[in-house]
Amino acid sequence: MAVGTVRVQPSVPRSGLRVRELLDHERFLGPAFVTPALLLMTLLVAYPFCMALYFSVSNAFIGRPSHFVGLRNFVTLWQSDSFRQTFQNAFVFTGVAVAFKLVLGTALALMLNEQMWFKRLIRGAVLLPWVIPTALSTLGWWWMFNSLYSVVNWTGISLGLMDPPGPNWLGQKYYAMSAVVAVNIWRGLPFFAILILAGLVSIPKELYEAAEADGAGAASRFWHVTLPLLKPVLAIVVLFSTIFTFSDFNIVYVLTHGGPINSTHLFATLARQVGLESGQIGQGAAISLYLFPVLVLVVWAQLKFVRRQVY
Amino acid sequence: MAVKRRPLRTKILLHLGLMPFLIFALFPFYHMTLTSLKTDRELYDRTAVPLLIRQGPTLDHYQKLLWESGFLVWIKNSLLVTLLATTASVAIGTVAAYALARLKFFGVGPFGTGIFVTYLVPTSLLFLPLAQVVHWLGLADSKWALVVTYPTFLVPFCTWLLMGYFRTVPKEVEECAMVDGATRVQALLRIVLPIAIPGLVCAVLFAFTLSWNEFIYALTFTSSSEQITASVGVTSELIRGDIYFWGGLMAGAVLASVPIVLLYVFFLDYYVSGLTAGAVK
Repeated sequence: MAVGTVRVQPSVPRSGLRVRELLDHERFLGPAFVTPALLLMTLLVAYPFCMALYFSVSNAFIGRPSHFVGLRNFVTLWQSDSFRQTFQNAFVFTGVAVAFKLVLGTALALMLNEQMWFKRLIRGAVLLPWVIPTALSTLGWWWMFNSLYSVVNWTGISLGLMDPPGPNWLGQKYYAMSAVVAVNIWRGLPFFAILILAGLVSIPKELYEAAEADGAGAASRFWHVTLPLLKPVLAIVVLFSTIFTFSDFNIVYVLTHGGPINSTHLFATLARQVGLESGQIGQGAAISLYLFPVLVLVVWAQLKFVRRQVY
Repeated sequence: MAVKRRPLRTKILLHLGLMPFLIFALFPFYHMTLTSLKTDRELYDRTAVPLLIRQGPTLDHYQKLLWESGFLVWIKNSLLVTLLATTASVAIGTVAAYALARLKFFGVGPFGTGIFVTYLVPTSLLFLPLAQVVHWLGLADSKWALVVTYPTFLVPFCTWLLMGYFRTVPKEVEECAMVDGATRVQALLRIVLPIAIPGLVCAVLFAFTLSWNEFIYALTFTSSSEQITASVGVTSELIRGDIYFWGGLMAGAVLASVPIVLLYVFFLDYYVSGLTAGAVK
């Protein structure tokens, strides 16, 4: 019988049969399905990354042949004030912004988890800053921090919180840093709130009831039930946010361009200024590469601790 | 009575607690819209109250934006780039995600890790060498450079998101179809994809949003007014030398956000679930 069927099949065109059989075979279908993604990642992610590595040890300059210069770019960078200032800025910016987003995001998620009126509307409003194009919403903040017509200062003065004329937000060192941090918190808070909320929803109600029966108050329930169970979610959110905050470009570029006197530059904005505006691609690439160790750390932590708990 | 009252009081307290967060989230949008609708006379009157429109709203800034700047061209560019990049990325991501979720073949593990790592690579890490690649491809200062490069961050995202959705489709459903004579490709097209439609909608929405909002590649790879996207056009071409450009600038920022706001209003729940799935899975 089996022999019979094989004999009947030559009426089907050979090549069509072959392709059909091959496509059904996981060993062929799998690679065929991942090839487009793999090509893309090789040509436009892995290859540029290798180029970045090469650029960083060369004296590449726009429109000029480049030569190997060893670690000279990195040495030059460490000797420049603007880079050392940027290095410090990146850690201050990331540390402060992520800390605020974590605390405020947890508080907001706890409130969103309660019974509310207009639940959908409120959630929608909370998530909005995260969806709107950052470059455009930051223009709004730029206007709100304007030195002459700042609505922030007008409100502060009207409420008696500031002495007129109020701070020149984007023109003074520490105020400028506070401003870019504030906008980053504004944009990133929804991400924290919504993910932490998802974590809260998945905590079984019985645990709270049991804790309450044992006489635990609200604060004690938060410390002993909510927080331990929320830890994996908090870890994911903090890791994700760390890499995205550390590599931020849009907010600083639009709001301050790195100024005043480099006091708000981050690696991405300085890399653009050095690599494109002054044309020193080699040094620019070296600056960008400072994002890499943080990326490695985050990926390592995600793969080691977090994904294991989720799967 | 007393028992009933206490939940109401805590509920009111809860909403009072939410108020500062809501004001923080929404005020910038309110202020931007308001600014775009004010007359210049009121806008630059330092004795006026900035929180209200007292001298009547005007559409002047919008009219100037639409007819006297390249705004419509920028929007057209944004739409073209976003639609093409989204379509390509969701297609590439769908097959890759299916392979990762269902098929066993040589190298599937490392490929999955590779996708995850690429997903975390920030665009600001690679924009300098990519500019060079774009130049070699002959796409310098062309919106097509964006169509080619946006999939580098969209494909890992779509793959990661869809992999989670495909895993929730029971294997048995697919196996039944294959026993009945369907090939794997047919099973994917006719059985798995229809079940995973919510996931596909999510992937499309996020890919659309991410490419519409993308800034650093667009700023680096394109520069002439005929090639730039909306966010680059608004941030670089609407700022004039004098200080009286704010009405038009805010009008541009508001109008260029409209497509995303519309999608967001209609598909809010998909955004929430996609955000959760994308990060956690």
